[in-house]
Amino acid sequence: MARKISMKQAINEALDQEMARDPSVIMMGEDIVGGAGGSGEMDAWGGVLGVTKGLYAKHGDRLLDTPLSESAYIGAAIGAAACGMRPVAELMFIDFMGVCFDQIYNQAAKFRYMFGGKAETPVVIRTMVGAGFRAAAQHSQMLTPLFTHIPGLKVVCPSTPYDTKGLLIQSIRDNDPVIFCEHKNLYAFEGDVPEALYAIPFGEANVVREGKSVSIVTYGLMVHRALEAAVALAKEGIEAEIIDLRTLSPLDIDTVIESVEKTGHLVCVDEASPRCSIAADVSAQVVQAAFGALRGPIQMVTPPHCPVPFSPALEDLYIPSSAQIVAAVKRSLARGKR
Amino acid sequence: MAAAAITPVVMPKWGLSMAEGTVVSWLVEEGTTITVGLPILEVETDKIANVVEAPDPGLLRRKLAAAGEVLPVKALLGVMAPPEVSDAEIDAYVAAYVVPAASEGDEAEAGPAYLWAEVDGIRVRYARRGDEAPTKTPVLFLHGFGGDLDNWLFNLDAVAAVAPVIALDLPGHGQSDARLPGSSTLVDLAGFVLHFLDHIGVERVHIVGHSMGGAIAAQMALAAPRRVASLVLIATAGLGVEINAGYTEGFVAAATRRELKPVIEQLFADPDLVGRQMLDDLLKYKRLDGVSQALTQLGATLFGGGRQAELPVPRLVGSGVPMTLLWGSEDRIVPATHAANAPAGATVHVISGAGHMVMMEKAGEVNPQIVAQLQGQPAS
Repeated sequence: MARKISMKQAINEALDQEMARDPSVIMMGEDIVGGAGGSGEMDAWGGVLGVTKGLYAKHGDRLLDTPLSESAYIGAAIGAAACGMRPVAELMFIDFMGVCFDQIYNQAAKFRYMFGGKAETPVVIRTMVGAGFRAAAQHSQMLTPLFTHIPGLKVVCPSTPYDTKGLLIQSIRDNDPVIFCEHKNLYAFEGDVPEALYAIPFGEANVVREGKSVSIVTYGLMVHRALEAAVALAKEGIEAEIIDLRTLSPLDIDTVIESVEKTGHLVCVDEASPRCSIAADVSAQVVQAAFGALRGPIQMVTPPHCPVPFSPALEDLYIPSSAQIVAAVKRSLARGKR
Repeated sequence: MAAAAITPVVMPKWGLSMAEGTVVSWLVEEGTTITVGLPILEVETDKIANVVEAPDPGLLRRKLAAAGEVLPVKALLGVMAPPEVSDAEIDAYVAAYVVPAASEGDEAEAGPAYLWAEVDGIRVRYARRGDEAPTKTPVLFLHGFGGDLDNWLFNLDAVAAVAPVIALDLPGHGQSDARLPGSSTLVDLAGFVLHFLDHIGVERVHIVGHSMGGAIAAQMALAAPRRVASLVLIATAGLGVEINAGYTEGFVAAATRRELKPVIEQLFADPDLVGRQMLDDLLKYKRLDGVSQALTQLGATLFGGGRQAELPVPRLVGSGVPMTLLWGSEDRIVPATHAANAPAGATVHVISGAGHMVMMEKAGEVNPQIVAQLQGQPAS
């Protein structure tokens, strides 16, 4: 039975139900249990934004509060995964991945390959991404392209509570390392989510709106900006098709190409920095596979190539807006061949 | 006086989730005398397109909704009125028309949207509609393999106008638990549904069954003939051995929209009826934990290897249970030729231009046949 819950609740529910179903699922991270650790307040915090609140009471010592040492506990989680557990490590902000990059891209991502398939690393690293939280340049980045660059890693970035629960369950059950990116500005976003468990397979994009004029390809928070843009465009008779990639590795480029073959126009919207981004990757793949279908120049809507500003006014300008998406669609259509 | 003579044509509500519909096209001209049941326009929802049949008779004076327009449920689409009503009176009626709030009243009229029951340890979802006067025998709707009670979205309201209706998500289907009773034979499934009726305090029912649901209904009539007032079996299983294994196995195996679309298209004579929302809803169901295993088991039990294991319908000969068989001529799942195996005395109608989901594709032809069977007057 489905009911409306927030993305934050969807994450909590997926973790809770998978821990109840599978005793090999464990969690570790900073403050995921008790935060400040005052007596009698073991479960007071539940992570920096309270996503794991209540899980300690249900699953006890299978949740481990770790020291402030990402390199240590991400390494521990990866090792536990290689030894048969299914750890879900919470790494507060994706911005902090740098200190444990060797563990992630040179170890976890390589085990299956270098041990000839004899080792698997079913680890999930949950992490917050994205700007708009007034959290400045070191807590606001959309670093998804750093991880899609690495063969052996799977990268997920959902846009709705339904997708969040199903993709997180799939991430936990998957036998490869998964970087699970949660947009902090979507935590309160609500949608219909079944109470039962379900898994959404990786590598299937979701066509969230059908249209014949232009294909808008995006993921995460930007799906919602694209939907706003589509409403504005529809008033002018421009029907945008919106594709939510959902998983960035593996990438469902077939759905994108099918759409572009129908519309002839592609606008890629990405909250990551513009250079070597998901938008750039999708654009290049479409040019290579479906150049003949394009009837206008591909447009990319991204932030400028600069750190996320701390000034609220500048941060708001930094994040791609629906108005920018509308303008990009019009640029593609205006310069198109008829 | 004039207002009383004016009959509005409004956007229908098909199923619980419909909030708005898109007008595809009008099928009649202004000045047409409308009879009840005449297809008057085509409407598309996010789930499926269908024709709107006139619920009331009258002279169509005004078409208000234009093709392509998206309008809420109960929005005014057109106006019927006798010739003596002036254009000015119609103008005034249109100007004064207010779309009733979609949710207001519905809950009170229909009760809670869905009901739940735990039967033999399995939690099932069901819906009830219509006037439950104790003298009226309710009509139980049983969907087919992989379906759910929303398969009846074009039928429940029409039938509820004459008798109370009950629609069930069978075990392993819809939002019911993804578990099956016993070893999931027709005997087990029919026994489960009889226990469900016990649980909700219903002794005797008419049954409308589609495909696998038809075979379950027939098995119920064999097991408890006094509890089954009549049968309407639509594209039913249980009447011949052939079944399209490409469909049943393809439905279970499909994990993505791209894989599922060609499978689901086989259900309809018109594959364009298969929209994004229909596929999304099916994928959401198929992804629930346990559903894949349940469907695999059920498919293997009932029609493993593309052959139906149990054929209860011919065994109803001499049972005294009145029966109507309906089929779409273009059925690609269970061939319409099976209708030739119907037991003596059954009323048989093959509806042209419809596929396996004939009750969705041709609701306007199916609903009167259901009602006729309920009233003991099947039209032959």
